[in-house]
Amino acid sequence: MGRYVIRRLLQMIPVFVGSTFLIFVMVYALGDPVAALFGDRAPDPATAAQIRRDLYLDHPLWQQYTHYMAQIFQGNFGTAFTGQPVLELMGSAWPLTIRLTIVAIVVEAVIGIILGIVSGLRRGRSVDTGVLVLTLIVVSIPTFVSGYVLQFLFGVKWGVVNPSVSPAAPFNELALPGVVLALVSLAYVTRLTRTSIVENHRADYVRTAIAKGLPRRRVIFRHLLRNSLIPVVTFIGTDVGALMGGAIVTERIFNIHGVGYQLYQGILRQNSPTVVGFVTILVIVFLVANLLVDLLYAVLDPRIRYA
Amino acid sequence: MPEQLEQPNGRTSADAVGNAGAGGAMEFAATEAASIGQATAPSARARSLWSDAWHDLRRNPIFIVSALLILFLVLIAIWPQLIASGNPLACDINKSQLGPAPGHPFGFDTQGCDVYTRTVYGARASVTVGVCATAGAALLGSILGGFAGFFGGWWDALLSRVSDIFFGIPIILGGLVFLSVVTNTTVWPVVGFIVLLGWPQIARIARGAVITAKQNDYVQAARALGAGPARMLLRHIAPNAIAPVIVVATIALGTYISLEATLSFLGVGLKPPTVSWGIDISSASTQIRDAPHMLLWPAAALSVTVLAFIMLGDAVRDALDPKLR
Amino acid sequence: MDTLLDVRDLHVEFRTRDGVAKAVNGVNYSVNAGETLAVLGESGSGKSVTAQAVMGILDSPPGHITRGRIFFQGADLLSLHREARRQLRGARMAMIFQDALSALNPVLSVGAQLGEMFVVHRGLSRRDARARAVELMDRVRIPAAKERVGDYPHQFSGGMRQRIMIAMAMALEPDLIIADEPTTALDVTVQAQVMELLAELQREMHMGLILITHDLGVVADVADKIAVMYAGRIVETAPVHEIYKAPAHPYTKGLLDSIPRLDQKGQELYAIKGLPPSLLRIPPGCAFNPRCPMAQEVCRTDEPPLYEVAPHRASACHFWKETLDG
Repeated sequence: MGRYVIRRLLQMIPVFVGSTFLIFVMVYALGDPVAALFGDRAPDPATAAQIRRDLYLDHPLWQQYTHYMAQIFQGNFGTAFTGQPVLELMGSAWPLTIRLTIVAIVVEAVIGIILGIVSGLRRGRSVDTGVLVLTLIVVSIPTFVSGYVLQFLFGVKWGVVNPSVSPAAPFNELALPGVVLALVSLAYVTRLTRTSIVENHRADYVRTAIAKGLPRRRVIFRHLLRNSLIPVVTFIGTDVGALMGGAIVTERIFNIHGVGYQLYQGILRQNSPTVVGFVTILVIVFLVANLLVDLLYAVLDPRIRYA
Repeated sequence: MPEQLEQPNGRTSADAVGNAGAGGAMEFAATEAASIGQATAPSARARSLWSDAWHDLRRNPIFIVSALLILFLVLIAIWPQLIASGNPLACDINKSQLGPAPGHPFGFDTQGCDVYTRTVYGARASVTVGVCATAGAALLGSILGGFAGFFGGWWDALLSRVSDIFFGIPIILGGLVFLSVVTNTTVWPVVGFIVLLGWPQIARIARGAVITAKQNDYVQAARALGAGPARMLLRHIAPNAIAPVIVVATIALGTYISLEATLSFLGVGLKPPTVSWGIDISSASTQIRDAPHMLLWPAAALSVTVLAFIMLGDAVRDALDPKLR
Repeated sequence: MDTLLDVRDLHVEFRTRDGVAKAVNGVNYSVNAGETLAVLGESGSGKSVTAQAVMGILDSPPGHITRGRIFFQGADLLSLHREARRQLRGARMAMIFQDALSALNPVLSVGAQLGEMFVVHRGLSRRDARARAVELMDRVRIPAAKERVGDYPHQFSGGMRQRIMIAMAMALEPDLIIADEPTTALDVTVQAQVMELLAELQREMHMGLILITHDLGVVADVADKIAVMYAGRIVETAPVHEIYKAPAHPYTKGLLDSIPRLDQKGQELYAIKGLPPSLLRIPPGCAFNPRCPMAQEVCRTDEPPLYEVAPHRASACHFWKETLDG
């Protein structure tokens, strides 16, 4: 196991370097941050050169990258063009996004798995067909559409919730944004659970369990579910990183000043230090989540644990 | 051991990323599609897989409905004049946000443009982006993935790492960064971006399908009989490996349309004067309290379009996957 | 002797997309305590489906029992309540499956799977159940049972896994065991050991055993009587030794003739020509007639009843006399 973890960690390095470098290139090479800083006014050449030197922009791209990464790993994420340290932005943004992601993961796991089990066990019946149609529809509605529609219905028309989230963003205000963020994944979790249940339902070991005279509940929960949920749990695990990266739309709709909001602002204003800093952390979160999922997989499935 | 760890659910860990209402659908489709074609065999049997699938599809109401819908969408994407006589760019500011009127069943938007006409004309951008991006990603992905699966070795390892890198970039985020600096207002930058981030998904499926097909006894037999690599790939492997790629590509088409709309909504996708559902939804979103009809129609058109492609992919997968019968 | 199990006129069909497959068409057999009945037949002959119907584990839908009764220790199983039926399963009748690797749950330790029998049917605590699991593993001669009780199925060899399957079936000392091709998936060298173990435990516990197989070699050593099935019907029943001496049905004769024998070295191997019929379209008359070397016009029109050939012997062939003599 130890060797495996080390090997996975080593495999993560090129992926980390590649992903962050790609983003770095896009951010720095495609747009001129100094020009963006000054907007429409033409900067004074001397000032511009000074800023370029300060930001290490007068070096070749790869040197800028290594310099920047070295800074990050010393805990120095630089300063946004607004003068605010990026670390400070992160301190306010990350807790919001983490809370939002937690809500989304809980929603997607609980509702998705329950719906998937129900429809999988009633394969071919009307409940199953209904759930399948519902998941197709949910997958087809882009997040920004469902977000606005649900915000309009619950927040404006029926007044059940506050249409935008307050700066403190307590969990109860994040319920609706969490559902919106989770919706598409929720549909996948449902379908994945259903497929997995259907596949395992005919498995020999389920027939054995029935032949052993186990009560139906025990056959389902101890034998069928244990096996069927392995791929579901791994999907949810990998989804953690994806949800954080995808929170841009949800956070914009509900005016949550989380990671997605900061990134969006950073990109529109070509605020490179903010963008690269946040992206670097996102990529790390994503890679670590994947590593944990692999380990979790090994814990859940003994065939892999002892392979 | 890592190899074994990666196999059981048919995907490596870096699979699921870039969700946000768009990219995620592909991973899911991929997980399910990975099993297609496993139980099938020689080209004769591959042919019967297709004829069986066609036999099934013709009787599947979901397939018929989605296929007709797509046919309709393609038609109005090419000739929007068929059902809309107006000009989507001819607007009258005096009619800003007015409700339905005779000849204007969906009412007017903030600029006073006819929502019905704009909704009809919006199909062109969505369908163009969806079809072109899917064609590009499928072509690039299946060639690169197919060769990686067939030849293995360093080429395969390189491809895996490269696609891991692309998977490591959340797709919406990548779109924002990449497209925010583009000033071109045509659909091509968006298409290019989607191909760039979409091909690894297809490549992974194609690679898996080719490896599965390669292990089949009849392919081994063909090799033992001295078939060359080109013949093996074209005659024996490709017909069997193509099924999962087609399924994933069909579903991806729907999600690409969704992705384009999301990017346009965020202001980095298509740009005016291109008529796009995403742009219209974005501009309507600020007025949702006063004039919900402005958001409703383009949003419904977009959702139905995405649904049609996802349903088609779903139906094709069910028809091609003998295991689920 | 007490009749343990009595299957009467059992009909099972599978309603599939392509039509109704008549898997079992009027099967009668009985097993006494301590007796071994071997059910012989090709795949698709209905031998496993009959067993699943007896156990009550038929996949339904698509499987349906359309006619017949199954008596177990005098009680009509088909009219029993679902819960009562469940309590019988595992406790008083148990089943051994062919492929232990897929029949055992991959994510639960063998100890948990064995102990579960005691937890569910006897209400033992987990700790006690685990102790019983170790005893069971000892009993089926798995080395170092105490250390291996927490291992998972894939960590055992094929033979050891099948021993665990047997231990699981024997756990609550049932009155009837149904073993569905218990040795088919094993290496030839291990087959005999596993079969011996099964026979030994059966003798010790005085259980009824239904041994489903297509392997005539296995049958001769352990079975008391044989039922040969073809296309969902029993075509011949007989005490085991008589059937080897003189089969009364051409199908049985064909099966016996197709066993390779050392004294016929160099000669061409005999094989029954043709293929078993599709269960969707069983031929009229005797189902075996298209493949039968003795078939006459009557075989194509009239379904033969089960003729009593001798005491405890029956054959569903219009020409059983000729077959016996030939």
